[in-house]
Amino acid sequence: MNTAITKNGLHAQAIRTAFGKTTVLHDVSLAVAPGETLVLFGPSGSGKTVLLRAIAGLDPNATGHVTIAGRDVTTAGPEGRSIGVAFQNFALYPHMSARENIASPLRARKLPEREIDEKVSAIAKLLKIDHVLAQQPRALSNGQKQRTALARALVGSPKILLMDDPLRNVDAKLRYEMRMELPRLLRRANAAAVYVTQDYREAMALGDRIAVLIDGHIVQLDDPERVYAAPASVAVARLFGDPPLNLVPCRPTLANDGLHVSVFGLDLTLSMAGALAGREAMLGLRPDSIAIFADPQPGAVAATIAAVTPLHGKVVLLLRTQAGDEILASQVGRAPETGSTIWFRPETDTALLYDTETGLLAGEARTATEEAA
Amino acid sequence: MAQADMLWRGLRGVALTLVVVFFLFPIFWIVLMSFETNETVLQVPPTLTPHLTLQNYVALLSGKLNTATGIINITFLHNLWNSVLLSTCSVLVALILGVPAAYAFARFRFRGGEDIAFTLLSFRFAPPLLVLLPLTLYFQDIGLSNTYVGLIWIYQLICLPLILWIVRGYFEDASPDIEYAYRVDGHSWWKAFTKIAIPLAGPGIAAAALLSFIFAWNNFVFALVLASADKQPVTVGALAFVTASGIQYGIIAAAIVLSILPTLALALYAQRWLVEGLSLGAVKG
Repeated sequence: MNTAITKNGLHAQAIRTAFGKTTVLHDVSLAVAPGETLVLFGPSGSGKTVLLRAIAGLDPNATGHVTIAGRDVTTAGPEGRSIGVAFQNFALYPHMSARENIASPLRARKLPEREIDEKVSAIAKLLKIDHVLAQQPRALSNGQKQRTALARALVGSPKILLMDDPLRNVDAKLRYEMRMELPRLLRRANAAAVYVTQDYREAMALGDRIAVLIDGHIVQLDDPERVYAAPASVAVARLFGDPPLNLVPCRPTLANDGLHVSVFGLDLTLSMAGALAGREAMLGLRPDSIAIFADPQPGAVAATIAAVTPLHGKVVLLLRTQAGDEILASQVGRAPETGSTIWFRPETDTALLYDTETGLLAGEARTATEEAA
Repeated sequence: MAQADMLWRGLRGVALTLVVVFFLFPIFWIVLMSFETNETVLQVPPTLTPHLTLQNYVALLSGKLNTATGIINITFLHNLWNSVLLSTCSVLVALILGVPAAYAFARFRFRGGEDIAFTLLSFRFAPPLLVLLPLTLYFQDIGLSNTYVGLIWIYQLICLPLILWIVRGYFEDASPDIEYAYRVDGHSWWKAFTKIAIPLAGPGIAAAALLSFIFAWNNFVFALVLASADKQPVTVGALAFVTASGIQYGIIAAAIVLSILPTLALALYAQRWLVEGLSLGAVKG
């Protein structure tokens, strides 16, 4: 893959940006192969957009090296990088028709009128906006604006495609529609794509790989499944997943059969290495790996249901034990009533263990590791 | 209830009439004067059914005024031409200098940027007389006194700050992403400026240009001090009718009416842009 990247893909090396004394990006490096989509995921203010701008050549303060298709474009302006960018706020030209908006990258290359016409029509048809080409942006719906912006980014068949949270400003239905459509468009474009989002589901749906950016550092760069199954740090775990991972403070002890933790009055055995034995740690439990029972079970803890939220065909339950500890659980099917008592048991086969001091992932249950492998 | 309503409406009508009369009567009076002979104008008490005549306008346009002491040559049409020339050129120069400067102030943060912008605005705070005397001396030394170039230069004190500050707000209003998008498409910086930034700030530029044209047109004191008869605009030219044989009120009135016509026509024509342009931020692309 590396040779493919150097030949046709995107290489960003040691990108650093500072505004005054605040460093926003700390020597971030990433590489994207042609046809691959790298999702840049992170909370707002983590530097995602800043990194994208640096790659696009829109930030004169950024330092580092950018190579596109084997050509060092570090000193080139945005017009000399042959990239397509979809901006979060669409950034359509308000005084031009949708057709002229889309044609802009082709006009810059001074293509013959007929070729421009053909290409614009083709991409517009692909994005289902061919009936609104004559209209000005203000007459377009949000979804059409967004598609026009995407069409403009794609029409010139750029080698690099940068998308800054393009689904942020459209409503839920359109977002869902585009989430289905985008992978097909991206495959067809065969560009090295960087896609910025704060929505982990979008990241999972679109990314071949996900780079998690927090405070200007890439803290994890991995397959979507891996980022979901084993977030590299507490911070990633809190962002990735909805409902988020339960993090339960504990102090593991080492025994013959593995690592033991005592949480919710239960003694759980974790099949993982004992690096954290005797230290402050956080046990990470996915809400969907909390088993729920209507009746008392061996090894289950009684809890009252403090709140119930339906979410995508699941229900998320906020459980409160008698000791006052809270834990999120999700289950498929009908929700028990708020206030009723149920019994829950954490399943340890996907459990994660984080070092409280560093916040980093220190161990994961063996089955989880095997699954990922 | 209905009675109170009627009373309220009546009072409002009276108040409105008073305001309108207060503001419009002087204009009406000037227009009326411009059609009267000097004798009628000076009559006390003024007559309500004056004898109207076109002689003031004829005198202005033909350039010859018959007075008791003889024929006076009038350079009014030349003054009008001076006004057009000075105002138009001043606005053009101010646009060429001010629009790129406004863009720079809006888009780039540079050392001393705010200070420079504020200094330019402060030209509008200072009374013109503060700078006029030293300017006169400079201009005499460098040979710019009584030249169009010199006057246009000094008129930048009026036009440049106005254009700079109004247009700057417009550039700040437009998202830089739109220009970035255009550059990413492969267009040069200059193209992004001319094809995107300028059209988007269009209403603001039009409004600022119109406003500074009007201000330049109405300027009196710069031209009075720095220009002699052949370079003077109408505002100063009207002074010529304060003659040895008396003040030619009728002629002055006619000159004023003629001199406000171009700006009035321009303002009416551009009213839409003026209103849009001055309600900053109300017009988003």
